[in-house]
Amino acid sequence: MVDLTVDIGSLRLANPVMPASGTFAHELAQVFDVDRLGALVIKTVTADKRIGNPTPRVAEVPGGMLNSIGIPCKGPEHFLAETVPLYRAFNAPLVASISANTPDEFAKLCEMVSVPGVSAIEVNISCPNIEDDGRAFAMRPEPTLAVMRKLRAASDLPLWAKLTPNAGEIQEVAQAAEAGGADALVVANTILAMSIDITTRKPSLGKVMGGLSGPAVKPIILRMAYQCARSVTIPVIGCGGIMNAEDAIEYMLAGCSAVQVGTATFIHPSAMLDVIAGIEAWCAQNGVARVSDIVGDLAEAGDEGARNWGADMVTEKPKAGKAGAINWEGVA
Amino acid sequence: MQAVHAVPPQPDSLPVLEERAEILRHEAVNGEYRLMQVAAPDQAQRARAGQFFHLLCPQDDALKPFFRRPMSIYAIDAQGGRISFLYKVTGTGTKALAKLGIGERLDMLGPLGIGFSLPPDEAPGRKTPIVILARGVGLATLAPLVGLARGAGHDVTAILSARSPDLLMSVEETRAAGAQAITITDSQGNSDTGHVAALLDDLHAKGRMGALYTCGSNRLLKLAQEHAARHGLFGEVAMEQQMACGLGMCFCCVRAFREGDATVHRRVCCEGPVFPLEEALGW
Ligand SMILES: Cc1cc2nc3c(=O)[nH]c(=O)nc-3n(C[C@H](O)[C@H](O)[C@H](O)COP(=O)(O)OP(=O)(O)OC[C@H]3O[C@@H](n4cnc5c(N)ncnc54)[C@H](O)[C@@H]3O)c2cc1C
Ligand SMILES: Cc1cc2nc3c(=O)[nH]c(=O)nc-3n(C[C@H](O)[C@H](O)[C@H](O)COP(=O)(O)O)c2cc1C
Ligand code: FES
Repeated sequence: MVDLTVDIGSLRLANPVMPASGTFAHELAQVFDVDRLGALVIKTVTADKRIGNPTPRVAEVPGGMLNSIGIPCKGPEHFLAETVPLYRAFNAPLVASISANTPDEFAKLCEMVSVPGVSAIEVNISCPNIEDDGRAFAMRPEPTLAVMRKLRAASDLPLWAKLTPNAGEIQEVAQAAEAGGADALVVANTILAMSIDITTRKPSLGKVMGGLSGPAVKPIILRMAYQCARSVTIPVIGCGGIMNAEDAIEYMLAGCSAVQVGTATFIHPSAMLDVIAGIEAWCAQNGVARVSDIVGDLAEAGDEGARNWGADMVTEKPKAGKAGAINWEGVA
Repeated sequence: MQAVHAVPPQPDSLPVLEERAEILRHEAVNGEYRLMQVAAPDQAQRARAGQFFHLLCPQDDALKPFFRRPMSIYAIDAQGGRISFLYKVTGTGTKALAKLGIGERLDMLGPLGIGFSLPPDEAPGRKTPIVILARGVGLATLAPLVGLARGAGHDVTAILSARSPDLLMSVEETRAAGAQAITITDSQGNSDTGHVAALLDDLHAKGRMGALYTCGSNRLLKLAQEHAARHGLFGEVAMEQQMACGLGMCFCCVRAFREGDATVHRRVCCEGPVFPLEEALGW
C-alpha cells in the first residue's frame, strides 16, 4: 500500500491529483466518482457578472489547444447560493478559484467566498489588473505582493496563488506571492498564444489571442515549476500539459507537492483517475512508501562526467568503456 | 499521449460512459457521407434521439486531431446494442475517422446532451402531427426522431433537403418507418425558402403540421421559427458548435438564445444540442 496523501499547507489531500480550474465541474460526476480526486478545483469566479468571449473559444494546435473562454460568470452571489451547496454532495475538498479587476475588489471577493464548504481558495492572479494597465497581477513581483497582502488579510482559508507563465522572472513573482502570505503556488496558468487559419486568413479564436495548454506546454511549465519550487518554502502545485502519470511524476520530482490536470480531461474524461492509479503503481514498483517522499527527489543532473557534453569534450575525447558511457569509438 | 488508456470500470448508475466500441459497418453512402455502425451495448441502452457521442478520432502520422468530435446518433438499436453515425468527411477529425476499418475500435464518450421531446397532444387522445425539416448533415441528427415519433403514434412528414438528388439520404428508411418523405434539392430548384414556405403552409392547411423540428441550416431555422410563431406550434432545433469537453465544463460551445427580453449564452453540449425552436438566435 502506497501512502498517497499529500499536505498542501494545513490542508491534507487524499492524493496529489486534482483538476485545473476551468476544466472541471460537477458534470464530470456523470462519468466517474469525483470523490476519488485529491481536491475539486472549480472554474474561476469573478466579482462581476461576465458573459465571456466571442466564439470560437477554442482551437486545436499541434500538441495542445488554445482557449479564450473569457471566464463567463454569474457572480459571487450565485456561487454562494448555488455552487457551494451543490458541492456538499461531494466529500473531496472544494477549492474555489477567484479573480477580480482590482486588488480591493479581489480582497472583497476573497472574503465573500471564505465560507464553510470551501476548503481553500485558489487566487487566479494571472488575470488582468485594470489599475495596472490591464497587466496581470502575477506578471511582476510588486503587484503580486500588494494583491496577496490584501487577499491574506481578507481570509483565514488557505490561499493558493495561481501564477502566469507569461511573467519574465517567475521565481521573483513566486517569492513575492509567498511574502504576501500565499500558502501554496499553482504553477501555472496558460501561455498567451495564437494561431491563424491560412485559408480564411482569420485568427482561430474569436478573441484573436488565447491561452495555450496541453502537452505542448509541459516542458516549459515543468521548468517554471522547478524554478519556483527552488525559490520558495511553500508547496508548489504543478499544472501544465499533464496527460498521464509519468507527466505527473516528473512534476513531483521537479519539486511539486501535487498536480493539476486540465486539458487531458477533455480528451479522456477519467484521465485523472489514470494519473492517480499510475502514480500509485510507479511508487509501488520503485519501493516508494509515501508519494510525498518523491517531491523534489531529483537525481543530480549529468552522468558523472562519463557523457560529458561540455566544452572540454571538443578537445578531449572521453575514454570509451566506462560504465554507462557512450561508445565514442569512431565518433571523432 | 493518445495511446493506451485504461478505461476504468464504470458502475451501471453512471449516465455517461467512455467505451471502446467495435466497428461493425463502415461505408460510403455517397460522395460525401459515410455510415458507421458500432457495437456499444451499454451506451445504446442509454442513448436517445437527438443526443450525441463525443468521438476520439484516431491519430496517425498525417492526421492529428486533438479534441474529440461531436457526432449525432443517426440510429439506435437498443436491443442489438448498436449505434450508427452518419457523417460528412470535412476536416482532420472526420478524415481520420474515415480511415477506421471494420473490427477496429472507436473510443466514444456518451451518450451526451439533451435529446428531442415530443409535443403535447393536440386534443385529448389526439397525437400532434409533426414536420421535420432537415438539410444536409442535419438529417443525421433528425433521423432517429422519425422512429421515436412514429413509435409514440405521431403522424410524421419529413422534408429532406440537399444540394443534389444523389446527396439525399434516408428517404427509404423514412418511408419504411411510416413517415411521409418530401425531397427537395438545389439542383432541381425546389429547395429555396419560397418553396419550403409553400410546403409548410400546405402541410399546415392539411392539418399535418402541429409541431416543427429542424437542424442543419440557419435559413431553415429562421423559416421554421416564422411558421411556428405564426401558427403557435411546438418546435425544437438541434444546434451545432465546436466542443472541447462535451460535458458542460469548459464553456466553449455556447450559442446565443432569447430568454424573455434578454440574450443569454447556453452550452450546446449539455443544455442542448436540442433547444426550444423559438429561443434560438441562429448563427
Ligand atoms: C451535437 C453535434 C452533432 C453533430 N452531428 C453530426 C453528424 O451526425 N454528422 C456530421 O457529419 N456532422 C455532425 N456534426 C458536425 C461535426 O461535429 C463536425 O463536422 C466535425 O467536428 C468536423 O471535424 P473535422 O475535424 O472533420 O473538421 P475541422 O474543420 O478540421 O474541425 C476543426 C474543429 O472544429 C470543430 N468543428 C468543425 N465543424 C464543426 C461543426 N459543424 N460542429 C461542431 N464542431 C465543428 C471540430 O470538432 C474541431 O474541433 C455535429 C456537431 C455537433 C455539435
Ligand atoms: C478551457 C479552459 C478554461 C480554463 N479556465 C481557467 C480559469 O477559469 N481559471 C484558471 O485559473 N485557469 C483556467 N484555465 C487554465 C487551466 O487551469 C490550466 O492552468 C492550464 O490549462 C494548463 O493545464 P493543462 O495543460 O493541464 O490544461 C483554463 C484552461 C482551459 C483549457
Ligand atoms: S464542450 Fe465543454 S461546455 Fe460544452
